[in-house]
Amino acid sequence: MSGLVYTRYEMLRTFRNRRFWFFSLGFPLIFFWLIASPQHNKIIKGTGLTYAAYYMVSLASFGTMMSMISTGARIAGERQVGWTRQLRISPLSVRAYFRAKVLTGYTMAVLSLILLYISGALLGVHLPAKHWLAMTGLIVVGLLPFAALGVLLGHLVNTDAVGPMMGGLVSILAFLSGTWFPITSGFLHSFGQFLPSWWLVQARNVALNGQGWDARGWITVAAWTAILAAGAAWAYRRDTGKV
Amino acid sequence: MASEGSPQTDGGIRLQGLTKTFSSPQGPIHAVRGIDLSIAAGETAALLGPNGAGKSTTIDMMLGLAKPDGGTVSVFGRPPREAVNAGLVGAMLQTGQLIRDLSVRELVAMMAGLYPDPMDVNEALELTGLKKIAGQRTQKLSGGQTQRVRFAVAIVCNPDLLILDEPTVAMDVEGRREFWTIMREFASRGKTVLFATHYLEEADANADRAILMAHGRIVADGPTTEIKARVGRRTLRATLASVDPAMLAELPGVVSADRHGDAVILSCSDSDQTIRALLELYPQAKDIEIVGAGLEAAFLELTGEPDVDEPAVTVP
Repeated sequence: MSGLVYTRYEMLRTFRNRRFWFFSLGFPLIFFWLIASPQHNKIIKGTGLTYAAYYMVSLASFGTMMSMISTGARIAGERQVGWTRQLRISPLSVRAYFRAKVLTGYTMAVLSLILLYISGALLGVHLPAKHWLAMTGLIVVGLLPFAALGVLLGHLVNTDAVGPMMGGLVSILAFLSGTWFPITSGFLHSFGQFLPSWWLVQARNVALNGQGWDARGWITVAAWTAILAAGAAWAYRRDTGKV
Repeated sequence: MASEGSPQTDGGIRLQGLTKTFSSPQGPIHAVRGIDLSIAAGETAALLGPNGAGKSTTIDMMLGLAKPDGGTVSVFGRPPREAVNAGLVGAMLQTGQLIRDLSVRELVAMMAGLYPDPMDVNEALELTGLKKIAGQRTQKLSGGQTQRVRFAVAIVCNPDLLILDEPTVAMDVEGRREFWTIMREFASRGKTVLFATHYLEEADANADRAILMAHGRIVADGPTTEIKARVGRRTLRATLASVDPAMLAELPGVVSADRHGDAVILSCSDSDQTIRALLELYPQAKDIEIVGAGLEAAFLELTGEPDVDEPAVTVP
């Protein structure tokens, strides 16, 4: 199957990209160790979670979100040098093209996740195997809207703007979704629940009591996935239609 | 060239009644205004024309990158998209660079991996003279090297039809020479090649046939030697009073003669012969000037008056 070779090289390219190493892997890992290590076993008030567990999932959300939407940077880069046109005169189907992009994003996200899990375990996060799996499952599903967002940005934004835009967007989403400190009440709490990133961060509750998302979480993630996927399809058609 | 109606023609490229119009703030741009063209399998043809002639738009439609407003394209009897999916077509588009973070070999291998029956990657690298820099990262190549990698990408699918849209634009003289040597080598494997260029010399040296485009139409089509004779004219100007232009038109190598006051203007197919004869018969001729027509001028001559279909520019 032709898409496989393409996906392999796409991953190879991403691995060689220094920005990926910094934003998706380095940055979350460094912050995790800086924030969590001094007081890793202490419980954060109002959450019932230790610093290590809380920030392990928080920063994994940050790193995986970054991994997923950096697909946008790769697409924007390929558009700029005219490579998308070169691919359009090859047998690679549009479906296989996006499959490769999203699969690459997920591979990078899982790598980021594993590194943070290992760091978390080293700082005393001990969970039953089924809870690790459940948490991973929620994060993988919670990343779906970001897979679509990456494709959307890649076809909408040019190369110069895509980097700052991704950085800004992920930082704001991380802030509003309780990555850096718990948001347990007030406006931010009610507002945050409408964001897909909120539920990504909420995957940490599995570590507390084995509980995943409630219905609201699933609906929010599904709605964002649908909206952003429609947006991505629109942006792709708009982009390639004008040739 | 294959004769009309031979089975070979069906195996080639056929454009019929092709049109394409783009909208712009200044009104519609008629990029292609009705093209009928057949290229036989195994032929090497040059698509020649100035900027804005419609060459790239025509190529985009042949590749399935643009949808014609009218008319049809058939590549070896199939619609463009099908021919592309079958790996029958390779192309070097006019603009484009390479994606970064891969070596030359990896990039070529990645593209080979997309096709059903590609050329061996080593063979493609060998043929394009990229063996020595196969391990280099694509972002570290010179302009000429980049073009050669793009050429390798175009041929690694081992296409029956190779389309090159102004492939030597970013190259120096040496780079051009090497590039065309490689292209001819590839074409000699029985491939059908169509390349677009501004340069008459490139068409002359590398194609059997030249197709001239201007204002979205084909204005001349024939063996390169013939086309060269038609557009390769020179203009001879001289001050020469009281000689009938009709007499001057009789001089060897003169296609047409014209007079503006004391100045005569001779359009020459062989200006060398003309000048010798002129000076012998009319030694009083002075201020003699011979200029090559240049493609733009030649096109204007071939297309006649400025195009009537061109929307008149009016200032509101």
